[in-house]
Amino acid sequence: MADFQRWAPDARKHFKKGPGLWVNLRLDPWLLILLLAIMSFGLLVLYSGSGSSEASVHRQLIRYGLALLGMVIITQINLRHVQRWIPLLYVIGLLLLVAVLLFGVGSKGAQRWLAIPGLPRFQPSEIMKLVVPLTVSWYLASRPRPPQLIHVIVAMVLVLVPVILIAKQPDLGTSLLIGSSGVFVIFFAGLLWRYLIAAAVLGSAGLPLLWMGMREYQKQRVITFLDPESDPLGAGWNIIQSKIAIGSGGINGKGWLQGTQSHLDFLPETHTDFIVAVLAEEFGLLGVCLLLALYFLVLVRGLMIAGYASHPFDRMLASSLTLTFFVYVAVNLGMVSGLLPVVGVPLPLVSYGGTSAVTLMASLGLLMSIHARRPQRT
Amino acid sequence: MPWSKMDNQRQEISQFKARLWLALFFIVLVFAGLISRLVYLQVWQHQRYVTESDDNRQQLQAIAPTRGLIYDTNGDLLAGNRASHSLTLVPEQLAGGRRSIDKVLAELAQVVTIDEDDVKRFKRRLNQPRRPYSPVALRFQLNSTEIAQITVNQHRLPGVKIVPELVRYYPLDEGFVHALGYVGRINDRELAKLDSINYSATHHVGKLGVERFYETELHGTVGHQTVETNARGRVLQVLDRFDPVPGKDITLFLDAQLQQVAAKLLEGKRGAIVAIDPRTGGVLAMASAPSYGANQFVTGISQSNYQALRSSDDLPLFNRALRGRYPPASTVKPVIAIAGVDSGIISRKYSIWDPGYYQITEGGRLYRDWKEGGHGRVDMHKSIVESVDTFYYATAHLMGNDPMTKYLAQFGFGQVTIADQPEATKAVLPTTQWKRINRNASWFPGDSLNLGIGQGFLSATPTQLATMAMVLANKGQWHQIRMIKSIDGVAVEKVSDIGRNDPKQPENIVLKRSSDWKEIHNAMIDVMHGEIGTARRSGANSSYKIAGKTGTAQVLGIKQDEVYDAAKIAERFRDHGLFIGWAPAKDPVLAIAVIIENGGGGSSAAAPLARKLFDAQILGIKDEEQAGDKNGG
Repeated sequence: MADFQRWAPDARKHFKKGPGLWVNLRLDPWLLILLLAIMSFGLLVLYSGSGSSEASVHRQLIRYGLALLGMVIITQINLRHVQRWIPLLYVIGLLLLVAVLLFGVGSKGAQRWLAIPGLPRFQPSEIMKLVVPLTVSWYLASRPRPPQLIHVIVAMVLVLVPVILIAKQPDLGTSLLIGSSGVFVIFFAGLLWRYLIAAAVLGSAGLPLLWMGMREYQKQRVITFLDPESDPLGAGWNIIQSKIAIGSGGINGKGWLQGTQSHLDFLPETHTDFIVAVLAEEFGLLGVCLLLALYFLVLVRGLMIAGYASHPFDRMLASSLTLTFFVYVAVNLGMVSGLLPVVGVPLPLVSYGGTSAVTLMASLGLLMSIHARRPQRT
Repeated sequence: MPWSKMDNQRQEISQFKARLWLALFFIVLVFAGLISRLVYLQVWQHQRYVTESDDNRQQLQAIAPTRGLIYDTNGDLLAGNRASHSLTLVPEQLAGGRRSIDKVLAELAQVVTIDEDDVKRFKRRLNQPRRPYSPVALRFQLNSTEIAQITVNQHRLPGVKIVPELVRYYPLDEGFVHALGYVGRINDRELAKLDSINYSATHHVGKLGVERFYETELHGTVGHQTVETNARGRVLQVLDRFDPVPGKDITLFLDAQLQQVAAKLLEGKRGAIVAIDPRTGGVLAMASAPSYGANQFVTGISQSNYQALRSSDDLPLFNRALRGRYPPASTVKPVIAIAGVDSGIISRKYSIWDPGYYQITEGGRLYRDWKEGGHGRVDMHKSIVESVDTFYYATAHLMGNDPMTKYLAQFGFGQVTIADQPEATKAVLPTTQWKRINRNASWFPGDSLNLGIGQGFLSATPTQLATMAMVLANKGQWHQIRMIKSIDGVAVEKVSDIGRNDPKQPENIVLKRSSDWKEIHNAMIDVMHGEIGTARRSGANSSYKIAGKTGTAQVLGIKQDEVYDAAKIAERFRDHGLFIGWAPAKDPVLAIAVIIENGGGGSSAAAPLARKLFDAQILGIKDEEQAGDKNGG
């Protein structure tokens, strides 16, 4: 080989392909393949969970297309170049959240949507899923690390203000996701363990306060979670039925489109938050494990990207986004399998619904963008 | 870049990577936790959840068998089934659960008419023990408009269902209820007695009469099906099904046309008519007036209607044919005469001089004949034709209690001989023993005199009197008195053929001299056709011979608990008119008893009705207009 190179120094250029489409588009093929696999599997389950509704699958396909497009666009952005606009985004985000509380629309006692004339209806809280980790990363990146107490406090305030505004809508699931995304940034900024332990102690002391601050339906959910049989036809119904769906699926499942729990309407919200119960019923333990494996690979890839990143901002953001993705998976599965109370957290890239898909893809786009601009190893 | 800062940076990166590893470890930990949870649910607890899932979707439903039909002797339908739609609520499925029932009722009231009575009865049913998720009926017999109204509003009324079911229907209704009985909703007391499995889908049970007696045959055997339902209880598919066995169809001897004639004859009166085919013992007609509609009881009669029926002075709910206890009066005279001659206490030539009264002892109480001045010389023949009381005072005085009650018992008095009418009563045959037990007194000659003319302690139901007429017509030959002719085409001679207990039935009567029958028959024919017969007006101009006996029962007093009503009391003191008889006299096809309460004399009140009934059956004249034509010629 060495000889060959000596008399044909340009050969390498001819034999090895150029940077290729992936590099030009700055896309990460691993992440892309994984998320396409998850989406395909998700569409399969969605078709069953929506009661064989082709229309639902079509709409979801269009959303996926738009979300992929958004991801590709975001991947092209060099975060370092737009860093200075982040505080502005944050302020706009907060204003939108306030606007939601004042003029928002919604259903089932929650007010989450903003209908601005000329724009499609959207949930400002979804934007904050990206803006909060961006803002906290931006803030801590320009401070000494490990962060000092004052900076940690400021960062916490940056996180808590939107979290409280969203919890007031009320949207427990989203505020939980956003809160944890901010906390992850602070953690990966190198937060000293003593602060962490102190926060844990304070946090558990503050639980009773949290309980008192909760709305009646939220309290009900916690009570129901602790004792689902207390109200088997009311609030406990969801948990009981989804456990029956999962448990009756067994190892191999009842087969695609054969789930009785979902197809006979015993299972609630089969195409949104509880879609994994449909999957577990029809594809069994093996099906869920396959999905979990795909998610696990996404998380590993995300952590790798964080590990490769050079700039503190990139590191914090990438790791926070990855772990937020993890929180999605863990909380959704935990609540559907009856380990956690029912908070509205969708199963990433599988649950029916446009907004969360767009936000999730955008965050993956950010990861890809970070990865594309990692220091090249030579 | 100063070294210290480089150091710092390197340290920061290694610290960051350590935290990444920590995060990965945490992720692995949580995933392991999630997977073990899934293994727990899907492997460890798999069987339990499979069962729960099947329980969820599969329900065992009982299917009610179709109740057997009841036909008359000619195959005309007496009791059928028709579709009825009831409005029901499943309390567990209401939008707000059981607590919201009043709200739902209010909403429903805007869609269909629901009166207070419906609500009251609904609440009563709701509070009865019942299986969860079983519908509770609110209204019955919805018409098509109401069904449409509810269906249109169905989406905002979860748990409200229209349930179609087959319910009993009596096409001829009112005139037949005392013969057939009726079915009604199963109540608590019946629920405890019925086979809970076989009746798990049945809502109605025979309450009275034939419907009650043949409940086992008519009901059939319950079927069941396993159905797959969705969370709202809607049946999506039937997984397996065992069809119910429908009840057996039964055919009665009852002749619908004759029954209608009988019911019509009684219109506006209080009384009863029972007609028996003497060749079989089958009941051809059994009417009691006033009557009431049976169909209203099937779906549940309203409280006010029921109260009206119960409190009526005319007692429409009272089955006079089976339970009315009347003094048979002179209608027993042929039997007393037979008792006299067959026991040898009087001879066939025995005669008395009738001054219009009888005295047990010289100068004692006068037992009066109905005819002032008396009938002169009276023998047995004349005593029946003219219904001479004095003759029977004398005969009864000679006989005393024993031969009379013995012979009366042989004709069915004092016992229930009808096999399949559970409400029938045995009335009273006053033996000396009976009097000792019930009146705590011994039997006096005066009691015998009263018994001899069918008054005093003696009482009988119209069914017993018709039975007596049958035995007389048959010259002592008994048949089981019954409604049933055949079940599913198989003739029933006795109810023991279908495993029921036969009523105790007297032996066939064999007289020492069978020519005595002829004597009695001739006398009874002369009642109808003789020049001085008491019912000669009813026997006139007939193309066939009738044998009969009239009776006029004195109403001794009014019951103490009856409300005082001057106008009514006068009417209620009038005599009961009775008639027994058969026709044609030689080859009888119809033996009947007619009783008209407070109708006056038997010859004027009861005998004409009997004639019309005979005409109807023998000449086939089943309505009034024809009657004149045929008899005129």
